[in-house]
Amino acid sequence: MADRSRFSELAMEHMPALYTAALRMTRNAADAEDLVQETFLKAYRSFDRFEEGTNLRAWLYRILTNTFINSYRAAKRRPEKADVEDVEDLYLYRRLDDLNADLGRSAEEEVLDNITDDEVKAAIESLPENFRIAVLLADVEGFSYKEIAEITDVPIGTVMSRIHRGRRALQKALTEYAMAGGLVASTETAR
Amino acid sequence: MGSEEPGDCDEVIERLYVYLDGELTEERRVEIRRHLDDCGPCLKAFDFEFELRRVIAQKCRDRVPDSLLARVRAALAEEERSAGGGA
Repeated sequence: MADRSRFSELAMEHMPALYTAALRMTRNAADAEDLVQETFLKAYRSFDRFEEGTNLRAWLYRILTNTFINSYRAAKRRPEKADVEDVEDLYLYRRLDDLNADLGRSAEEEVLDNITDDEVKAAIESLPENFRIAVLLADVEGFSYKEIAEITDVPIGTVMSRIHRGRRALQKALTEYAMAGGLVASTETAR
Repeated sequence: MGSEEPGDCDEVIERLYVYLDGELTEERRVEIRRHLDDCGPCLKAFDFEFELRRVIAQKCRDRVPDSLLARVRAALAEEERSAGGGA
């Protein structure tokens, strides 16, 4: 059982990561700030039920994700489909590989070096909600499948399938950015 | 060294993400590492995906506004007061 007076000391350090996740989930700063505040208040109120020594970070993410799903998503429900039938494994890599011959240098390095923060954020935010949350927790926050299953309250098999499909959709979005902006433009002289 | 089946690369690529997620059994990890030691194209693909993930995680950070930090601190302090826990 955790002591409430220690809540701030233990939990505040997780705010930057939680805020980042909240921004990707809600896709706007005002909602993200409200979501983070609500998460901290709920966590504080139920902190006596948190078992000290267990994973505080995962526990906070669970509250954040639940709060988001219950309070912020109902308003604009969209069909939950990731249209990735035509996206194979290594989608971005394969397309870059095709470009290498024309470029005469490594398109892979070009993309890794030049892709911007805004493009990465927009690509993640373009994913359908359940896929976005799964990819965010796996690739940005580095949670294990088991932790993500606990945070999002779905079976591990569902987590794996959401991560898998979400990543394909992410690759497709990143490929579009790479083609539209950075890469194609950088092969021309003007930028 | 066993003979390389033609399907090996496909199988390895199929497990790439689970490997990078650190979610494979030790036995499967070893199999994949052994394949990567011998297969340049697969190794290159693995390296790219590893780097891409690092870049995604790194470029997806946002600074917490000071106003939010202050808001949350104030809300928690208020909560503490109204719960009558402070002394």
